[in-house]
Amino acid sequence: MRNPQLNAEGELTHLLTLEGLPPEVIGRILDTAVPFVSIAERDVKKVPLLRGKTVFNLFFENSTRTRTTFEIAAKRLSADVINLNIGVSSTSKGETLLDTIDNLAAMNADMFVVRHAESGAPHLIAQHLSASGKSHIHVVNAGDGRHGHPTQGLLDLFTIRHYKRDFRALAVAIVGDVLHSRVARSLIHGLTTLGTAEVRVIGPKTLLPTAVESLGVRVFHRMQEGLCGCDVVVMLRLQNERMRGSLLPSAGEYFKHYGLTSEKLRLAKPDAIVMHPGPMNRGVEIDSAVADGSHSVILPQVTFGIAVRMAVMSILAGN
Amino acid sequence: MIATLPDAETVLGRLADKMRDAIAFDAKLVGIYSGGAWLAERLARMLPGDHPVGYIDVSFYRDDYAVRGLRPNPATTALPFEVGASRIVLIDDVLYTGRSVRAAINELFDYGRPQAIELAVLIDRGGRELPIEAVYVGERLAVARDASIVLERRADGKLELTLEDAKDASRA
Repeated sequence: MRNPQLNAEGELTHLLTLEGLPPEVIGRILDTAVPFVSIAERDVKKVPLLRGKTVFNLFFENSTRTRTTFEIAAKRLSADVINLNIGVSSTSKGETLLDTIDNLAAMNADMFVVRHAESGAPHLIAQHLSASGKSHIHVVNAGDGRHGHPTQGLLDLFTIRHYKRDFRALAVAIVGDVLHSRVARSLIHGLTTLGTAEVRVIGPKTLLPTAVESLGVRVFHRMQEGLCGCDVVVMLRLQNERMRGSLLPSAGEYFKHYGLTSEKLRLAKPDAIVMHPGPMNRGVEIDSAVADGSHSVILPQVTFGIAVRMAVMSILAGN
Repeated sequence: MIATLPDAETVLGRLADKMRDAIAFDAKLVGIYSGGAWLAERLARMLPGDHPVGYIDVSFYRDDYAVRGLRPNPATTALPFEVGASRIVLIDDVLYTGRSVRAAINELFDYGRPQAIELAVLIDRGGRELPIEAVYVGERLAVARDASIVLERRADGKLELTLEDAKDASRA
């Protein structure tokens, strides 16, 4: 079966997941994002690539940062952007997901950026568009359930490459709630595809997926061991609702064992970078001294995220 | 139609001669990637005075995006000077349809309003599809429609013109 993200010519037409995407496709997106970074520094922060195209941001689940960066990216490509918070409109009136899609397609949409709590929703939409003869409409997954968040994964890869260059020489540690994290899943797939020397995951047993080793990572339960000599530390957000279940005793206890402090960071390489997909819980997974410290590249991640999304959208819309 | 291409270094010398007493003393040289960028660097050293060099990649402004999609590996446009009120000489290797130059002019205006823009090209091969002409031309050549003239830079830095099948090379 053909990769559902690629068209008959093997070109990327949807971005649904980083899993199974060839390294040259990922590399091309990262390369294309480089010149987009400098667009933000110009007088006119716009290029005409998507002029006349209509991009729908379909957020069935709340998000501020991702929606905003997709909106800015599309606007800097000169597209018209429509933001829909579906959670509070059609679905609450009983409309099905695919009926919503058909209606928006009838408004001549060119691209859907989809955030959904259910894993696989963007894939379902792409399949539906293809089956109903609307394969010219592109779909970008902006986060689906626990499955994936490919543009976040790509912007993480872009950030790592920007500061560290060669993946084949790097040890990258991903720390925290890997179990519930689509960000972690996308990043792990991207890192292994690009031949990263060592990908480590660090977390308590209750927050790591069973058989996570099968993704090609080394597992650590003691943070001090896992951070030793690594080049990149990616902290994951600990979602508050996890605390209410039986997965964790308390936020304080979690911070003690898995929170990133300056002291623990000293175990990594002296020039290690610290990343976080946001939004951060200061004092839960990361100490303020680290979040605001010299190793932190958390804010550049946000800036790069716009360039990476511009690259994704302009590659898709041209294929 | 031609059988052999002229020597790029000789043509470059001729182009520099034409520009030497004609371009503004404060002109900025902006090369269109990739051939034009090499030429801009060389011309900056050959021309008297101090002419800052910039580079422009027109991938995000091309008019064939809807047909051909985004080109792989676009380079970063870098104009390390104020474009507004500047006198700019755009530099390209081969002038053909005029579409790259149109794209480059559009991109320049997103950086500011230049005082003036002139165009210098190594080779003018005719075949224009837009009302664009170069002020400085190294050499005019007639080439078959299905052929592409490509400027290459050898390891020793010397420039070289080659003829390629148009299907394999991008139209300038």
